[in-house]
Amino acid sequence: MVGITSYGAYIPIYRLSRAEIARAWEKNAGAKEKAVANYDEDSLTMAVEAAIDCLNGMDRCLVDNLYFATTTPVYGEKQNASIIAAVADLREDIFASDVTGSIRSATIALKMAVDAIKAGSAKQVLVTAADLRLGPQNSEFEATFGDGAGALLLGDSNIIATIDESYSISSEFLGQWRKAKDYYVQCWEDRFVREEGYFKFLPRVVFELLKKNKLAPKDFTKLILYAPDARQHRAMAKELGFDYKTQVQDPMFDCLGNSGVAFTPMMLVAALEEANPGDTILLAGYGDGADAFVLRVTDEIKKVKNKRGIKRHLESKMPLSNYEKYLHFRKFIEFEGDKRPPPPTYLPLQWRERHDIYRCYGSKCRQCGTIQYPIQRVCVDCQAKDDYDETRLSDQKGKIFTFSMDDRANVAELPLVLNIINFDEGGRFYSTLTDRDIKKVEVGMPVELTFRKMHEEGGLVNYFWKSRPIRVKQGE
Amino acid sequence: MESMKDKVAIIGMGCTKFGELWDKSCEDLPIDASYEAFEDAGIDPKDIQAAWLGCMFLRTGIRLSYPLKLQYLPVSHVENACGTGHEALRNAAFAVAAKAYDLVLVCGFEKLKDWGFGGFPATTESAEKVHPVYGFESTGVARYALAATRYFSQYGLSPEEGKRMLAKVSVKSHHNGFLNPRAHLRFEVTEEQVLSAPMIAWPLGLYDCCGMTDGGTAAIICRAEDAKKYKPNGDYILIKGLGLSSGPNEGKITTRYDWAHWEETVRAAQQAYQDAGIKDPKKEIDMCEVHDCFSIAEVMCYEDLGFCEKGKARHDIEAGELTLEGKHPFNVGGGLKSFGHPIGASGLREIYEIYVEILGKAQLPERQLKNIKMGLSK
Repeated sequence: MVGITSYGAYIPIYRLSRAEIARAWEKNAGAKEKAVANYDEDSLTMAVEAAIDCLNGMDRCLVDNLYFATTTPVYGEKQNASIIAAVADLREDIFASDVTGSIRSATIALKMAVDAIKAGSAKQVLVTAADLRLGPQNSEFEATFGDGAGALLLGDSNIIATIDESYSISSEFLGQWRKAKDYYVQCWEDRFVREEGYFKFLPRVVFELLKKNKLAPKDFTKLILYAPDARQHRAMAKELGFDYKTQVQDPMFDCLGNSGVAFTPMMLVAALEEANPGDTILLAGYGDGADAFVLRVTDEIKKVKNKRGIKRHLESKMPLSNYEKYLHFRKFIEFEGDKRPPPPTYLPLQWRERHDIYRCYGSKCRQCGTIQYPIQRVCVDCQAKDDYDETRLSDQKGKIFTFSMDDRANVAELPLVLNIINFDEGGRFYSTLTDRDIKKVEVGMPVELTFRKMHEEGGLVNYFWKSRPIRVKQGE
Repeated sequence: MESMKDKVAIIGMGCTKFGELWDKSCEDLPIDASYEAFEDAGIDPKDIQAAWLGCMFLRTGIRLSYPLKLQYLPVSHVENACGTGHEALRNAAFAVAAKAYDLVLVCGFEKLKDWGFGGFPATTESAEKVHPVYGFESTGVARYALAATRYFSQYGLSPEEGKRMLAKVSVKSHHNGFLNPRAHLRFEVTEEQVLSAPMIAWPLGLYDCCGMTDGGTAAIICRAEDAKKYKPNGDYILIKGLGLSSGPNEGKITTRYDWAHWEETVRAAQQAYQDAGIKDPKKEIDMCEVHDCFSIAEVMCYEDLGFCEKGKARHDIEAGELTLEGKHPFNVGGGLKSFGHPIGASGLREIYEIYVEILGKAQLPERQLKNIKMGLSK
């Protein structure tokens, strides 16, 4: 038996209201809002968040494969999954891969994971999917797209939802695309894309799967359906013969937006949050063909706890004050920043200190127990030399010991909140605070760590851990 | 371990006008400061046997030997961030006390205003364990602002109370600098101006920050027993004690460090007091010139050097204890705040202020303190 053993998700804290986009372009607004990544986020950092949410309470040493699904990888040459694996503190001897190029990369990765486990080459596979797609300004895509991530852990025991059957079609159909050097997703006339693409392949794959397994729409508790937008989502559910009110998972267009590769796994996570033992789920992904899966929820679903998931992330939000700021975050506005030159990046240093920088390891002195970050060879408290254990601090919660708000920093959102945090279980961390409302920052504020982009010098993306106000209380 | 007390004399000093010196180069600054010092000491440039140069952003002894055309003398370049000027004098004093040399030039200068931007460039030291945050995103003022927030929090000051306390320090420093012909920012400010100034790094605003300044300072030193030879009228000062403390960077890595004081300052002062045989600094020291790159730094000095009780500086500030007329005048010259902060020069410039006050050379009667016998520079 193969199936999902854990799930996780991530939605950035900022929401851009569609009325604000409409304000800028003097046109009618779409529904409510979409989730947008902060200036220090990208597909990699969001995938890390979802992966860590998914791994919470699980043994990270047991993960054999990691697949990172996205159409917006940070690096074209240099594997992104390997960075995510290090940041998630997985073993070094895992099999990692980026799964990219298709808007249905997540369901492709899901199929690859199921096959690897069935073939016995892996016992546990983590699939983490994230996208930060851009539509041209003033396009439908711009209003529709949202940013987010979803993660699924698959295995052969302690399964919360079995994946029993699947069916796939691969197609050369070209209706929507983005070339490697382009910023924006483009498409052909929407009628062609819809009628010759989406409405051909997705029904075909679903009906084939149902036919092969002698199933009908009425046999399913939930349909999880990729769709480019709300209108097509509704129309497709009807086309497939599902009752929109009772059987179809909310596609969150009015609160998240179409999150690309992450969209299907995020809807699945939302469905699993509400699922009961015995539920049957039909999952359909689309893009360059289509995939469909049959899932059956088991009794193990009751044991899932401590997930941030979808619902809690949706509830935890801050409005992005204006459309111009959104363009600024995505680097579409030329602006005068601080004139101080940035320092160069040193890759050998980053490599030497990879345990500190990626895995967020500090040292714990074997003599006096003091936790210190970054790793110190000589203990700051008892001066014992080279006598420590490395300890992961990325899960730690702490409180702001002191802070300042720098209006002259070289970042896209000022002021930059610099802080020193003391971890509740010992250790101190010098960091900057992200996802913050500056009116609420105070000494004693509870914070946690989040992996973010620091700066992009020398053509590289430099990542590091930041602190943020406790974002989502992990639910039971 | 022997004390340095009364072993080394400063027999001459020079200090350029501080400011945005668009027409002065990094050759002009050491020339102007050093030649004033030569003249003040009554010596010929050829008389010196060695030199120490303090400079943060320019490197090697050639930055002094080239402009001054020193004739193949040993010139040591030292750099210790904001302590650079002190460090140049300290090392030169050791060499003179050890009789390695008899007559030495010490010069500190910095040329900051050719860069085209305010503040300092981010660190480029790859050899140290560069933390992405220390090295890139934050500015110096944001790091001192961490201390301000913590000081307010630890001692129960609301941000408004804390900012008003700091404003009084800046008002005082600007007043002292206004009186000082060589200062960079020579104007008075009011508390309300300080409080309503643009924010730089909360809680520190524009007037909590020192100037970005060009300038140079120089000193001529010899052994105390030789001082009379150069200055028969006794027109020289003696080094009474020295201290230097470099900490293990506890502030960033251990929860023990409180960020409401600098332990390094406390330890360096202890060393200097012991070296000088000072039992009660409040009674024995007549004036202090201290490192006030940001207003909070000066407040922490009041306490760390033993002039105010921990957490109680506000009472003494409000009582005017630290003004020219107060019991413990601090930053008589205007401090880095108003006099300016060309990094390599600053430590020596503080000593220059003590030198002129002790010798009665403060130029204007309104800023000449009476009966100054001993000063402390930090």
